[in-house]
Amino acid sequence: MSDEQAIPATSQTPGFRMIQTLWAIAMLSGLLVVLVYQWTKPIIAENQRVATEKAVFTVVPGASQRTDFILGDAGVTAEGDGVGEGETVYAAFDGQGNLKGIALAAGAQGYQDIVKLLYGYDPACACVRGIKILKMTETPGLGDKIAFDPAFLKNFVALDASLNAAGDGLAHPIKAVKHGGKSHAWEVDSISGATISSVAVANAINRSMQRMAPLIQRHLASMSKPPQSIAGESN
Amino acid sequence: MVKLPHQEERLSLDTFLRGLWEENPVFVMLLGMCPVLAVTNSTMNAIAMGLATTFVLVASSALISLLRRLIPKQVRIASYIVIIATFVTVVDYAIQAISLDLYNALGAFIQLIVANCVILGRAEAYASKQRLHTTLINSLGMGAGFTLALLALGTVRELLGNGTLLGFQIMPAGFEPWVVMILPPGGFFVLGTWLLLFAWLKQRRERRLLEGGGATHAG
Repeated sequence: MSDEQAIPATSQTPGFRMIQTLWAIAMLSGLLVVLVYQWTKPIIAENQRVATEKAVFTVVPGASQRTDFILGDAGVTAEGDGVGEGETVYAAFDGQGNLKGIALAAGAQGYQDIVKLLYGYDPACACVRGIKILKMTETPGLGDKIAFDPAFLKNFVALDASLNAAGDGLAHPIKAVKHGGKSHAWEVDSISGATISSVAVANAINRSMQRMAPLIQRHLASMSKPPQSIAGESN
Repeated sequence: MVKLPHQEERLSLDTFLRGLWEENPVFVMLLGMCPVLAVTNSTMNAIAMGLATTFVLVASSALISLLRRLIPKQVRIASYIVIIATFVTVVDYAIQAISLDLYNALGAFIQLIVANCVILGRAEAYASKQRLHTTLINSLGMGAGFTLALLALGTVRELLGNGTLLGFQIMPAGFEPWVVMILPPGGFFVLGTWLLLFAWLKQRRERRLLEGGGATHAG
């Protein structure tokens, strides 16, 4: 049948024809990927913005608008100026434009991989107001409770992060204690059976706060303006 | 190879149904086990993975079927992989655009659809020899069978491991979740149980057939 002719024909396919085919398929593939990339790029960027926004408003209770700053040893610069060095922090304001808190990203080694989280720091009470786990691969049913266990999350409603006398660190390092052993405002009550994950959260916040809390308190004035009034007011 | 005349299949209901039952990619052909075990820890993940794989399977099979006379035998595997990788990239962007949470939950397994042997297997065994419309129907059936199999694992694992279905609490409040079910071993347990069930059903049907047909060739 036709196969008898087809098979010798394919075994003598000239090299250029193979290259031609591969080239054509690669072109087609590239075109398709670029089209889809261009089409989905704004949607993905918007998704990411909404996700960050939602996370910031979760960790800073009462907030409804935000401005991003770069905070480092040199001081504060507005996000997007491209000159600042340091960490991105998200200042969150309520509807009247009062600074409700500052959201910061932090991370520490968990049981399997890095636990990444966002937490809200309230400069007025010098305490942590809320956390949200952004990325983790903790054990389901045990370690992953750090994301939603109500008793554990209660640790971060008013977790003390006040500065020491010198103003260059925390007065009391934030640390995790054994389940049920919390006796001070700066301690984190671990989840029973998920100590390593709980410690990771406490360590992440402690490390970040030790460095950032003094910086935030020092540069608070230049961050306490809501988005629209930064340019307008001269103060 | 020479002996096998590639008969072009006539379109029938069986073209679609084979993927669901008789040649189910997971339960019968045991293909694509990696995502089957890895992402079926919740129903939502199972559905998303099933749909993503189905899309890649249908789209790449269709394109391969269209190009089947143009692709020289010697470079066919390379061509198939490039085509499959293209559609996986498309799905990757699409899922990011639809939901970032879902994208994070599925992790690296979306990109790994490239290496899913169901897709390359169907390209080589079916799409490269059949006309477009039968290929479309057949790969849809295979995709549906794959999704169904993922669902069969996902629902059981979520129900037992978390007490929920699609996030809704199903089990009574006193139910202590079997955490092992959403851990990797749970995937093996549930897959093994399903395979056992299907093997038993198949055996029973064969025995019935044998008894019904009278004592012919035993063994």
